[in-house]
Amino acid sequence: MMPTPDDGVRAAERAARASYGKLLAVLAARDHDIAAAEDALSEAFVAALAVWPVEGVPANPEGWLVTAARNRRRNAYRAGAVRQRAEPDLLLRADGDAAAAPAIPDDRLRLMFVCAHPAIDPAVRAPLILQTVLGLDAARIARAFLTEPAAMSQRLVRAKARIRDAGLRFALPDPEDMPGRLADVLDAIYAAFGQGWDGLERPDAPEGLTGEAIWLARILVSLMPEEPEPNGLLALMLYCTARRAARRDAAGAFVPLERQDVRLWDRALIVEAERLLTEAAGAGRFGRYQCEAAIQSVHVQRPITGRLNLQALLTLYDLLVRHTDGIGPRIGRAVVLADTGEAERALADLDGMERARVRGHQPWWVARAHVAERAGHAATAAESLRAALALTDEAAVRAHLSDRLARLDAGARE
Amino acid sequence: MQFMLILNESANDFARRADAAEATDYWGGWNAFIGAMAAAGVIVKGDGLQGPHTATVVRVRDGKRTVQDGPYPDSKEQLGGYFVIEVPDLDAALDWAARAPSALTASVEVRPVLQMPPTGS
Repeated sequence: MMPTPDDGVRAAERAARASYGKLLAVLAARDHDIAAAEDALSEAFVAALAVWPVEGVPANPEGWLVTAARNRRRNAYRAGAVRQRAEPDLLLRADGDAAAAPAIPDDRLRLMFVCAHPAIDPAVRAPLILQTVLGLDAARIARAFLTEPAAMSQRLVRAKARIRDAGLRFALPDPEDMPGRLADVLDAIYAAFGQGWDGLERPDAPEGLTGEAIWLARILVSLMPEEPEPNGLLALMLYCTARRAARRDAAGAFVPLERQDVRLWDRALIVEAERLLTEAAGAGRFGRYQCEAAIQSVHVQRPITGRLNLQALLTLYDLLVRHTDGIGPRIGRAVVLADTGEAERALADLDGMERARVRGHQPWWVARAHVAERAGHAATAAESLRAALALTDEAAVRAHLSDRLARLDAGARE
Repeated sequence: MQFMLILNESANDFARRADAAEATDYWGGWNAFIGAMAAAGVIVKGDGLQGPHTATVVRVRDGKRTVQDGPYPDSKEQLGGYFVIEVPDLDAALDWAARAPSALTASVEVRPVLQMPPTGS
């Protein structure tokens, strides 16, 4: 059957979506110049959109694109911008060369590790991975990260210049460095997910990146099948996504986890998350993300068993607190502790946290209100809710907190 | 790839150099570090510097030379020496930098050596 022009367009789009990070990793491997590789690759895609619908889709589309991009770079390097007009001629030759080109190796792991390198500012790691591995443009990333597009572009440009010039290793870390370096990659992907998550239900929320983060985690899982933590991270994000529809009621009001309509949970995602977590457990190595996913797993088992297994939660939070220094696990642990009847101890734990770290952290105040109420300290609970209210501008969450505060005040007057 | 390890030291580090009780430890630490780099064959060049009290700063403004006693007196860390090493990448350079005695007490800045572009066309 003769290929139609549409086939060519679709093939080019498919190649762009599925292969972007792979092609970029190959193109940047030699001189670590990611920005130049991006330019060359985007021009190769433009050329493919022009050539493939007419000439037909090449047998090896990825090989064609890499050869075209390499020719483009060589051409630009040799002759500067003046000779760019010779492009169509070069591209036809590229097509011929690429037919015999070997399959493109998948070096996206190297790309992820260099983007999350210790010598790269942690704040720019997630944007950098989103851009290089998935090909997201700076404007889209800036919207998700609530940053000015120009500022985001500049940070990305600076980070790429650093990778090119500062001699960062463009390879997988040594085995002894792997756990820490992998944690940096996972943290960056989770940061991308969090950016999509925070404003998820707001009508004016920026376009989230949760789907992109899950996609990145899937790539990581497929490229590092022997490591349990990528499974843990993917499972964690799938559990959260599975409950998304249940986080708001019909009127748009916030619904806390324990009151969610479990029929709204996405069963398929939960089943996949459970499978990933079981697989990860086979490695027998503790990891932060496996532990956080296991906590989610306990929560989703509530509707099946009819009760929340607080002891299992407490054990998992204990593990998490022992292995990480984040404030989230300590806050989560205090809430579970209060629910097991140890509210006074939970309140003491929360109040024992370093004030400077928690003062501006809304979840700490919400947890403190819950724990104080359980312990019978209505005034402390009310004060905490007011502080929490002052720290969020999300309407649905504000409404939920105001309700709690009103109930608390009504109880105090009785 | 060549990197310079810019070895900053604290006032206390400089004081230890000539302190009867501390000097053996101080120099022993540096000798072990430099010896390890030499054994690995990574040293291109390098020197220790005399303390900041020996530094003199010169500036020329509007054709006029001003000479000043010492560098930035308020800075907590001062340049104490440098090495240029030849290693495959920044990661390897950082591994060496982390082993420098002054990484524990002050800091080590790591920078790639500038490769001059070829002259002519």
